[in-house]
This record gives sequence, C-alpha cells and structure tokens, in this order.
Amino acid sequence: MDDLLREFVTETNESLDVVDVELVRFEQDPNNKKILDNIFRLVHTIKGTCGFLSLPRLEALAHAAETLMGKFRDGMPATGEAVTVILATIDRIKMILETIDREQREPDGGDADLIADLERIVKQISESHASPTEKTVGTLVPQVLERALHPGENTLDELERAFRETPVDPVKPAASSLPESGPEDGKANQSIRVTVDTLERLMTMVSELVLTRNQLLEIVRRHEDSEFKGPLQRLSNVTAELQEGVMKTRMQPIGNAWQKLPRIVRDLSTELGKQIDLEMQGAETELDRQVLDLIKDPLTHMVRNSADHGLETPAERRAAGKPARGRIRLSAFHEGGQIIIEIADDGRGLNTGRIKAKAIAQGLVSEAEAEKLSEAQIHKFIFMPGFSTAQKITSVSGRGVGMDVVRNNIDQIGGTVDVKSVAGVGLSFTIKIPLTLAIVAALIVDAGGDRFAIPQLSVVELVRARSNSEHRIERIKDTTVLRLRDKLLPLIRLTNLLELDDAKKETDDGFIVVIQVGTQHFGVVVDGVFHTEEIVVKPMSSKLRHISVFSGNTILGDGSVIMIIDPNGVAREIGSTVSSQMAAESEAEIKRESAGDKTTSLLVFRAGSTQPKAVPLALITRLEEVDAKKIELSNGRHMVQYREHLMPLVRMSDDVRVKGEGSQPLLVFSDGSRSMALVVDEIVDIIEERLDIQVASDNPGVLGSAIIKGQATEIIDVGHFLPTAFEDWFRRKDQPGSAKPRNMLLVDDSAFFLNMLTPVLQAAGYVVTAVSSAHEALALLRNGLKFDIVVTDIDMPEMDGFQFAEVVRNDLAMTDLPIIALSSMVSPEALERGRQVGFHDYVAKFDRQGLIAALKEQADVGQAA
Amino acid sequence: MTETADEHLSEYVTATIGGQLFGLPILSVQDVFMPERLTRVPLSPPEIAGVLNLRGRIVTLIDMRRRLGLQGREQGAMPMAIGVESRGESYGLLIDGVGEVLKLDDRARETNPINLDPRLARVCAGIHRLDGQLLVVLDVERILDIGVSAAAA
Repeated sequence: MDDLLREFVTETNESLDVVDVELVRFEQDPNNKKILDNIFRLVHTIKGTCGFLSLPRLEALAHAAETLMGKFRDGMPATGEAVTVILATIDRIKMILETIDREQREPDGGDADLIADLERIVKQISESHASPTEKTVGTLVPQVLERALHPGENTLDELERAFRETPVDPVKPAASSLPESGPEDGKANQSIRVTVDTLERLMTMVSELVLTRNQLLEIVRRHEDSEFKGPLQRLSNVTAELQEGVMKTRMQPIGNAWQKLPRIVRDLSTELGKQIDLEMQGAETELDRQVLDLIKDPLTHMVRNSADHGLETPAERRAAGKPARGRIRLSAFHEGGQIIIEIADDGRGLNTGRIKAKAIAQGLVSEAEAEKLSEAQIHKFIFMPGFSTAQKITSVSGRGVGMDVVRNNIDQIGGTVDVKSVAGVGLSFTIKIPLTLAIVAALIVDAGGDRFAIPQLSVVELVRARSNSEHRIERIKDTTVLRLRDKLLPLIRLTNLLELDDAKKETDDGFIVVIQVGTQHFGVVVDGVFHTEEIVVKPMSSKLRHISVFSGNTILGDGSVIMIIDPNGVAREIGSTVSSQMAAESEAEIKRESAGDKTTSLLVFRAGSTQPKAVPLALITRLEEVDAKKIELSNGRHMVQYREHLMPLVRMSDDVRVKGEGSQPLLVFSDGSRSMALVVDEIVDIIEERLDIQVASDNPGVLGSAIIKGQATEIIDVGHFLPTAFEDWFRRKDQPGSAKPRNMLLVDDSAFFLNMLTPVLQAAGYVVTAVSSAHEALALLRNGLKFDIVVTDIDMPEMDGFQFAEVVRNDLAMTDLPIIALSSMVSPEALERGRQVGFHDYVAKFDRQGLIAALKEQADVGQAA
Repeated sequence: MTETADEHLSEYVTATIGGQLFGLPILSVQDVFMPERLTRVPLSPPEIAGVLNLRGRIVTLIDMRRRLGLQGREQGAMPMAIGVESRGESYGLLIDGVGEVLKLDDRARETNPINLDPRLARVCAGIHRLDGQLLVVLDVERILDIGVSAAAA
C-alpha cells in the first residue's frame, strides 16, 4: 500500500477512537467547548486529508459531519439524535477505512442516507436557532466554475462572501486555522511511528542479549582476575539499560484498552433502556502492550456483562431505592510490580441461588457439598468453563463467551481474577496482572537434584524448616502443614508434586517457599535454594504446554535449560479446598500488605503510657498472662516461675507498673534456655505494617518511632532489654546496659535478600547500611565509614564474599572488624576457606534465627572486649 | 522450484534406531548434534526425553526408541540427535547413530506392509528396499504428533 495512505489509515483510526470517547463525553456535557473543539478538529483533519488523497466518499461524509459539528461549535445545543447520527457516521467512516486498509480503495456505494440525515439535522438546528444574517459590504460578482462542485466544496461566491465577512483581525484566524500549533508542537514532532514487529524483534534480541550477558558473567565468575571483568561490567550495565529502554517502548497506558468502552456503554444504555455512567480512573497506568492486548477483550466483556446483567433498569433501581442511573467503575493502578484493575458496578450482584442451581445441574458440585459452600465459593463457579446463567440471550452477551474465557485470558498472562458480590449492592471483579511477561526475577530452587525457577513475584518469604526448631513441618494424617505466625500453611513437596524420584528419604528439614496466589497462601517444600536470577521466559514447547505446573522454561546463565514453576498451576494442584479456607482470613491481610513494599508483623501494645508501642512479632517467643499473685519480688526484681525456671520481668521504664492482682500480660522473649518477660499494660493488636522507622530515638530501649495505623508508635528495641535482664540477673545492678545502636554493613547482590534481611536486622537492633556489591562495600570502608559488623553474601558477581573478606583483612588491614558470611552453600570446604580468609561466623542464608544468634555472639564478644 | 530430471529422487538422512535403518527426508532435517546437558521435564509424556539449550534455542528432545515402542538404550550408549523444526519450534530426535545421506527414487518406495507394528506404522511413510536391508521412511510431522495437543487446549 501507498505509504501515505497507510499512514492516513492508521492515524485516522487512532483519531476516531479518540472521537468516540469525546463524543460520549460531549453528549453528557454539551456545553464543554473544549471537547467540541477537539472533535471538530479531528473530523476536520480527516476531511482535509481525504481531499488530498482523493477519497471522495470519505471526504463527503466527513464534510457533512463537520458541518453539523460546526453548528454545535457555534453554540447550537447537541441533541441525542444528532449525536446518534454522528456516531453512525463515524461507524461508516470506520467501515470505509477498513476497506481502504484491505483493498486500497474506497468501497462501492454511497452515503446519501447519512448525509441526508446530517443535513436534515443541520437544517432543523439552523431553523430553530435562526441567527440574524450579517450585513455584507460590497458587491458580489457572479462567478462561474468550469466543472461541477464536489460535495462539500463551496462555490466561489460563497468563498467570496466568506472572505468579505471575515473580520479584519489577522491573529485570530491564524490561531483557529492552526489549532495544534503552540508549545505542544515541538513535542509532537519528537515521536515517530514504529511498527510493533520492529519492537517485538528488538525485545527478542534484547532478551537474547540478557541471556548471553548472564552466560558471560557466569564464565567470568569462574575465572579470577580476568581482564574481561571491567569491559563485561560495562556491557552488563549497558545491557540492563537497553533492556529497560526497550521494555519502556512496549509500555502503553491502559486507557488504550478502555478507549472503546464509553461508546460501547453508551450504545448499550440506548439498546437496553438503562441509564449508565461509566467512570474510569487510572487510564494513564502503563503496562506491557502484549499484556494489554490480552486483557482488552476480557475487560470489554466484563463491562458489557455489568451493563447487561449487573445493572437493573431505572424502574427496578428506583424500586430498590437506588439512583436511577447505574454506575460502572473501572480503575487501574500499580501495586508492587503488578497492575490491579477493578471493574465494579452498583447493580444487583450475582444471583447466588441461580449459580448454585446451575453448578449442581452441571454436576460441578453435589447438592450436599453445595450446601456447605460459602457465598464467595459459589460465586467462583462463574469462572468454570461453559457457565452462564443469563436466562435470556441478548445481543449483548450470551454469545457463548463467558467468564471462563475471561479467566483463561488472564491466567495466560500469569494474572488472577477474583470476584466479590453483594446481593442488591453490586459486583466487583479484581484483576491482578504482572507488568510484563518477558523478563522476570526468579528464585532458583533445587528439588530431587533438578533445578527449577519460581517467579519471585509470587514468593512471599522463605522459611527454613527444621524438625527441632520453631518452624517444623507437622502432619495431619498425610497432609503436611507448617505453623507460621499462628496460621496453618498447607505444604506441598515439590518432588512429590512433580513426581520426581526422591533419592533422599522424606525428611522434615528443608526450605519452604511461601507462595501467594490471589488470596491463597501455601508453602512449597524444596531441597535447596540457590539464588535469584533475572530470567527470560520462553514458552514451553507445544508438546509440554499441557503440564499446568510449568508456565515456561528458560536458559540460565550457565547455559542449562530449566522449567519455570507456575504458582497458579501449583495452587490448582493443591486444590481449591485449601484456597477457600485460607481466602477469607487472608483477604484483609493482603490489602494491608500490598500497601507497602515489605511488611513486618508487629505486635502493638501499651506499657506505661497511652502511646502505643510495637515490637516485631517474629522476635516474641510467646504471649503470656500470669496471675499477678504469682509474681514474686526478689532482690528488688520481679520474677515469675516459668517452666521450672525463674524468669525475670523487665519494665521498660519506671512508669510501667507490675499489677498487684488480676492477670498480668507479658511478652516472653527466649534466647536459648534463657527467658525474660517484658511487662506490658495491655496487648492491643497484631498488625502487618511496613516497618519504617522515621524518627530515631536516643532513649535506650527504643529504636525510634514509626507511623502504625496512623498513630505514632514507639518501636521497642528488644535487643536492648534482653542483655539488661541478664546483666541485672547475673551482675551488679548498677551496670549500664548497652544502648548504642550498632552499625552494620550488609552486602548482597540480590535486592530480594537485602529487602528480606534489612527489616530483620533492624528489628534486631542494627542500623543497617545495605549495598549490592563488594565494590560498593569496599568504597564505603575506604571512605572511612565505621561499621561494627559486616554481613556479606558469598556468592556475588565480580568479587565474591571470600575475596571481599581478604581485601578487608589484608588491604584495608581491618583485622578486628567482625565479618559474618551468609551463604546458600554451606560445605566443609567453604567453611575451611571462610576460616582462612577470616570470617568470624558462617551462617546459612535463610537461617534468620542462626544469623541473629551469630550477631549476638559477635556483639557479646565486642562488649566483653 | 524448477523441476529437473531427478524430480523423482528424494534425499534421506539415514539413522539407526534399535538396529533398524530409518530415513528422514533431508529437507526436514536442520542439523545433527550430540545432546548435552539434557534437562528432564517432570510430568511430561514418556516419549519426551527432555529439553536442552542448542545455541540459545530451547530444543525438545524426543526419544525415538520410546516413540517407536522399542527397548530402552543400553547403559552408557551415547545417543545422537537429529534436529528438526515444526511450526516454529525446534525438536531433536534421539537416535542411536546417524548414517550416510541416500538419494532414492520415490517410485521405488513401497507402502507400509499391513502387518507392520502399529507403533511403527503410525510414523512410517513407506519402505525402501536397499541392498541387504530395508529403510523405513519416517514422517516428521507424525513423529511429533505425540497426542497431547488435545489435552493442551
């Protein structure tokens, strides 16, 4: 096709989409001059270009529409009929454009019908609003044109008159004839059109480049002192930037997928005799165009559904005491690497009874089982294949496209969809989808000797399970569960799920990857966790695509292929029974979690004052209430007999009173065999919040203040009270406690672990400086920053933990600085090498308790010295 | 494509699988390689030996012995793989050994004997009589039709 023509078709199609939206707004707000100007300009541009490209049919139609719009612009009121005719005209223009796109010529036939309609309305409007004719000065010379006029062309006489009537004001017409000029002009010229294919090819190549970069990094990592390191680092940085840049070109505002909706809703409301308002929020939210393409149809379908089935007729609404106008609200926003899209209406909600009956009729559930299901569980049936409860098939829905298709589309892109419905109040769908599909961060795990990747987006946390620790795997018959913060987490062993022959006997030791899918939480037990890696998702071979627990595969940095676990698939394997049971209780929790990046469970309590205090829940061994009468006073200290030991009770300040009668709430902290209890007035709540200490405190025992639930809350430094309890216990009473916060340098190349560890370490009383490479760490040390302790990862690109420690010990001569190594590979050789380079301690990467213990040990050594 | 005098001649890459000689139309063969660093795929059909990285592409390997219902390979025997492509995806067919390329006359190709093992007949597009042995012509598309497509939908 002619380049010019193709450009015209693309551009005009885009303009038309905009016109659709604007027109609907215009009908609702006919006095908005700005909207009208926009529409007029667009139609005008179409007309102008048509003439240039000799498309007479299109030109005539656009001209007729423009004339009518011109009337509106002159202040005539827009009637519903007029808007309908204009919309019909735009549809016709689209039809013609499609033919041009396909056949490079205008279709046969004419548009006399529409043009007649348009002209009739123009006439009506003009007659009802006849304005006084303006006086013409001068004489009109009759002129003759040598050919017949094209439709829409003006006679020379008219031109002459227009010319004479134009007020002599050179600025104004210039401004109106060039409405797009101005400051925006420069910007507009800075964008160019690129075909999607070009972008796709770029993306594929960048993905390959990322893989190759990873492979090179892997090779260089094995060769110490390679001269390739420097250039490779630069290559690596450039690659990362390139990747980001290309990803950006793929991002599009979600509004592009919404553009057609106002028009659809308007047509539907006319067709169905309902009054519908469509609200759209967050149209500028950007997401990958591949994702956008896949959700376009589901979104449209859901909005149609809401209009058709969800919203009642005005009469029904009034009878139900609701405003006659129904409302459909679409909103989109980013939330922690995901896009959340909500489609809500204030209609009648789902008909639980009918869904239940249909589910039973289709044999999805037995009658007895159905009786036990909650409403929310019944509502989920609408996502089952072939499920539609619409009784009458309208032209709007009931075309055999149901919510199962919506869900399939969303599943395909690793998203989730959830439904919430309240009878008579409304229905809302929440869709969560990843920002992009191409590159994801993944946790590489080991199961039965094979490696697998788990997308980090769904990983909530990692828990090390050991048979003799607090986190141990328990069994209910054959089902394994884990007690995690007062909840039972269903567990599934990856080797069992994948039917791998597990050489090792099933042990109760292992790493538990806690995964969240929608509102469902579960733990996947793996044999080992290696590291995180940015992986390029490649689709599974069509011969393997039926395996639901895999979403794709990828080539790792070392060149081997590994499978990517699909958390959605695993969730389905575990079964829906679990989901519903967990869903209800965790829903509220997720809302809170998603508000921040990483949340910590905090116990909020009061002690000594009305101001709330909080302490990370993970540090508390248990909450106790003891009979006040059992509290004994010995040597000026409060004690209580606890598990056959005497446990000291510690007051945070003198304001805290130990109760004389009734029950005394206590927070018990244990460290090995030693326990102590903090005396509190009352336990307020357990909440999930981001631990963001805003105001540091110089008050010993208080880390600082944070805003929790809108209230300034003191975060208690447990690390302060633990030693004071025992120093008081074993030594003289007047010995001062250590209140000085200790500075820690934390080195790990994985942002994931930095994020995970920092709050834990902060909670343990450290001021944490986190850096992502050994070089950064060395730079800080060389600049003379003082740290009390260094915690470093072993396995890092460029310079690993061993080399880092050697440099610190030898080159910087910091022989006394304690260094604790964190590693996923704890082997005797590694331990030996660690001793040689001067690590003070060597802790497995996911052993939080072990790390805290090691830190305490170092701290104690430091204090003793 | 211009037709020449040898329009009736087809070229085959020959391979041995379980002692039997097979031929693959040369036009469907991409390359021949030694499979290395094979990753097994849990829960996959038994014919799928696994996947591997061949110059940046992920290749799905099909164990031809299993596909043809033959006995498993002896321990320690090094298989070879013939790379083929279908609908934009790369596959490797695991065979025991690869032989020479033969040019054979299509008119001499015979249809499958009716008593041919059905598992073989499924993927076999005819037989050539060679000196001293028979060559079974394999149909790549039929080999790749592993029968999960229905389940995958």
